[in-house]
Amino acid sequence: MARMLGAQMFFETLLHQGVDIIFGLPGGYVLKVYDVMTGYEDRIKHVLARHEQAATHMADGYARVSGKPGVVLCTSGPAATNTVTGIATAQMDSSAIVVFTGQVPTLYLGSDAFQEADHIGITMPCTKHNYLVRKTVDLPKTMLEAFHIASTGRPGPVLVDMPKDVLIGEDELKIPKQISLRGYKPNLKGNSGQIKKAVDLLLKAERPVIFCGGGVICANATKDLKKFVKKLKIPVCCTLMGLGAYPADDPLYVNFLGMHGSYAANMTIHESDLVVSIGARFDDRATGGRFDEFAPNAEIIHIDIDPATIDKNIHVHCPIVGDAKIVLNQLMDALPAKIKLDRKQWLSQIKEWDEKHPLLPNQNDHRIKTTYTIDLLSKLADDDAIIVSDVGQHQMWLAQFYKFKHPRTWINSGGLGTMGFSLPAAMGAKFAAPNRQVISVCGDGSFQMNFQELATAVENDMDLKIIVFNNGFHGMVRQWQTMFFDSNYSASKFGVLPDFVKLAESFGATGLKAEKPDELESTLKEGLSTDGVVLIEIVVDHEEMVYPMISPGGAMNDMILQPVDVA
Amino acid sequence: MRHTISILVDNESGVLSRIAGLFSARGFNIESLNVAPTHDPDTSRITLVTSGDEYVIQQIIKRFNNMVNVIKVTDLNELIRVEREMVLIKVDAPKDSRDEIFRIAEVFRAKVVDLSNKTYTLELTGDVDKVSGFIEMLAQFGIKEIARTGTVAMARENKKNK
Repeated sequence: MARMLGAQMFFETLLHQGVDIIFGLPGGYVLKVYDVMTGYEDRIKHVLARHEQAATHMADGYARVSGKPGVVLCTSGPAATNTVTGIATAQMDSSAIVVFTGQVPTLYLGSDAFQEADHIGITMPCTKHNYLVRKTVDLPKTMLEAFHIASTGRPGPVLVDMPKDVLIGEDELKIPKQISLRGYKPNLKGNSGQIKKAVDLLLKAERPVIFCGGGVICANATKDLKKFVKKLKIPVCCTLMGLGAYPADDPLYVNFLGMHGSYAANMTIHESDLVVSIGARFDDRATGGRFDEFAPNAEIIHIDIDPATIDKNIHVHCPIVGDAKIVLNQLMDALPAKIKLDRKQWLSQIKEWDEKHPLLPNQNDHRIKTTYTIDLLSKLADDDAIIVSDVGQHQMWLAQFYKFKHPRTWINSGGLGTMGFSLPAAMGAKFAAPNRQVISVCGDGSFQMNFQELATAVENDMDLKIIVFNNGFHGMVRQWQTMFFDSNYSASKFGVLPDFVKLAESFGATGLKAEKPDELESTLKEGLSTDGVVLIEIVVDHEEMVYPMISPGGAMNDMILQPVDVA
Repeated sequence: MRHTISILVDNESGVLSRIAGLFSARGFNIESLNVAPTHDPDTSRITLVTSGDEYVIQQIIKRFNNMVNVIKVTDLNELIRVEREMVLIKVDAPKDSRDEIFRIAEVFRAKVVDLSNKTYTLELTGDVDKVSGFIEMLAQFGIKEIARTGTVAMARENKKNK
């Protein structure tokens, strides 16, 4: 066995794991790692982020598009604390990232040394697991365990803290052949008794609906879902994280569900007699938060890989703990070959709801509407374009109006709602899918939270489109202030905004701007067809609001459908 | 309802913080907590007593099971079990109350493990009721200090537990 430095073991183990890209920023205690890195640059690309939070979002975006764990490398103290928002974002959305932080030498741990922070303590509640490596020889094994934990079961972030002496120490490289953790064995296959119970419920149901979450995408189960849906003719509604798991142009697709879901989708769930939830966790934004009135006449089948999601918010009648792909196949095998189904009435009822209150984009005055723009974008973008959203009104409108047809084409911070996510995550997405169109969609508020990464994008010659909706406000804050705080626009209006076009140009990117409805289509087309990093600023109506909206804390049939009179 | 939960964990630094962190994050309270290595030096046994309705307890157990360092979780409330706690109590013992303290100790089968001119230190092992009863009886003399181990528990080898 070869003797080498911990820093070299770090890269040897990454190569063993099949990692070919890492996102990071150098600093004090990881300088040896960066020193050694020059010998590996032909095999592992390092993307120099301008902020560690952004590096973490890049790794996250990369993981969500590629299905492989994203890797972050940074130093200790402020660098590590900067990753916390990115880690918590990945945790909430079940994204597999592994964050490697430098740390003060083990001898100095707890001495308040320069740039020391308790990375393990700080990240304990927002990681799936974390490690402090104490000996050089343990580094490869710990790294492989970290990758294993991050990418199996319910995916999630893992942090590995590497004190300087571990990195500069020398030992034999020992890469274990197999990883076995006695306290960690995710259950992938559904219980056969529960499968049988679920089949009975499925065959009995007259008004079933699929409540499709991000777990279907994590499990690469979209084709399996489609077969299952076709066989049982069950209408499908998607959660925010589930968009793209089922094609939006399919006749059995109802729509986006939840707080800003369509009227038809929310009514379908509410009036159903069987909810089949797959890879979703029934959070307050998906259910309206009125857990006791969720689908009051329905029995609920809950398929999820994480046993802790079962009965957490909603009491379910038939839980099945397992991997969505495996469980869907178990269900298919257990279903009779021929099934008599009569869904005519149920499907026509859903159609009626959809026709009664359809989701329609606006464009009826002299100001550009965000809804109209997104509807247009959905038509102009490539069929398999990857849309990476930031957080706010535009995120909800994307969920409502963009027609996602493929899995892993919709990337957003759904759980934590992290503003500033889009640009770096879109860059990670582009590294994962270099030949596909990647579009970052931001608000003016969220874009300002991480725009320094324009430099990283230009530096890497990326072909990346960035749409910035400029309405001069924190739009969703403004909407809530309009609806629930007597239009008291406290601290939601920007007094100063940068000239986004000049800002883009100052980084060496292209900047375009559309201010009037008649400029919109041509500007969008020009932006999407221009090579390189292109920022398209779109000045939009700040008064447009997201509807429908489940009243906060309300049940799913309790929707505000149109503007309340605020004059 | 009071629940006694037995958790077998990796004997590693930080494991106790993970367990305790789960309680603080969700605003649950720990009534007592005992940790010590088992006969296998790589594992420790945590015995934790907490209160909550079925929903809370089930959530806690599922979350424990999700932790990488947790090997096995048992809700001992579902089983026939033995529960014990040890307590050390230092009590004021002027000359005229020593006999009575001694008698009480005898009744409870406690031991005097230390004494001074002014105090007795008593050791008692028993279940929660016995320990509380003992503390109650000694309160009249003035308790100077108490140290309790918290409950430790084990399922009985009983057919009903299979």
